[in-house]
Amino acid sequence: MFTWLKYFADWLIFSAFGISAQSHLGEALNFFVLDTIKIAILLFIITTVMGMVNSYFPVEKVRNFLSRNKMYGLEYVFASSFGVVTPFCSCSSVPLFIGFVKGGIPLGITFTYLITAPLVNEVAIAIFAGAFGFKVTAIYVITGIVLGITGGFVLGKLKLEKYLSTWVQNIITNAQTEEALEIEKRSLTQRFPNILKEAFTIVKGVGIYIIIGIGIGAAMHGFLPTSFFEHYINKGQWYAVPLAVIMGVPMYSNAAGVIPVVQVLVAKGVPLGTAIAFMMGVVGLSLPEAMLLKKVMNMKLIAIYFSTIAFLMILSGYLFNIIL
Amino acid sequence: MPPIEMKNIKVLGTGCSKCKTTYNNVLEALKQLNMQAEVIKIEDIEEMMKYNVLTTPVLMIDEVVKVKGRVADITEIKQFLTS
Repeated sequence: MFTWLKYFADWLIFSAFGISAQSHLGEALNFFVLDTIKIAILLFIITTVMGMVNSYFPVEKVRNFLSRNKMYGLEYVFASSFGVVTPFCSCSSVPLFIGFVKGGIPLGITFTYLITAPLVNEVAIAIFAGAFGFKVTAIYVITGIVLGITGGFVLGKLKLEKYLSTWVQNIITNAQTEEALEIEKRSLTQRFPNILKEAFTIVKGVGIYIIIGIGIGAAMHGFLPTSFFEHYINKGQWYAVPLAVIMGVPMYSNAAGVIPVVQVLVAKGVPLGTAIAFMMGVVGLSLPEAMLLKKVMNMKLIAIYFSTIAFLMILSGYLFNIIL
Repeated sequence: MPPIEMKNIKVLGTGCSKCKTTYNNVLEALKQLNMQAEVIKIEDIEEMMKYNVLTTPVLMIDEVVKVKGRVADITEIKQFLTS
């Protein structure tokens, strides 16, 4: 799909600028041009497509669907898949949480959605696809969905309602199925300008982080020898995966910049499973979100929630290191 | 321009940067239009849930949700206020 881009990057750096393909600088610049354009294109396409899906499938619809239908466990699968297509900002996690339980959606299913929504978001998918290709991206997305289902299911079984704030418990007691909401009747042509504008805003918002990330990645790509990291991080170290997840948590705000760097770490010898675990920690767990959740649950529940997700991420990391 | 009827503008948000941007955009739009309005910022989650919102920030003008889940830009807000 991007062969033409490789030709362009080669031509630009090696012919037009006349920098030798064998030089460190040439390799770094070539990588930078190739990755920046590739990720920018993917990011724009994916945010636009997701914007279209979302325009017809807003989170209110998801909530009402989950609130009305009881499907013997299948609702976990739906909640998790919905988490992928709806955009998410950690600042919305609290209203979402309340809105879901208010509609009578069980806690476990609410958690499923809350796990998958940030973990598999449109920006992460686009950068993943640009940096690692579609196969690894598919693995990441499917793992994210399964992780959300498993995490929510486990948390749902733990009967954690007693750890919620009192006012939230009252909401649950008075929960009622949501009634139908008014449906937008605008056609796609009418919606499209706004969808495009929103996609632009998203790309613009993360653009600077991505460029910095690719810049660091490009420098490492050009100047560090292949398998440089294999010496330090390899599959033999049992502690590498848990450490990767934990190290990822504080980096949430820079998720867009972290992925291009990790791409190079993998190319230079870091095991892919360890890298995926790290990125899941970066994208899926955030401290600001934990602080916001304090308004609806106590610290004990936040700790249980976060450690369950972290545990599942570590497990996925080990699994990928074995099978990939 | 004398204020004919004061509009009531509410910005709902949990205090994240997007919510602050929306709030500032509202103030800037009012300034550019040379318009007076009652601007209320709702950050308390229990208060917010009365409006049944799922995504923040939310921009409400005279109790009608205009924009939700994203930052409303100045041009857009000016349109809402003048139409």
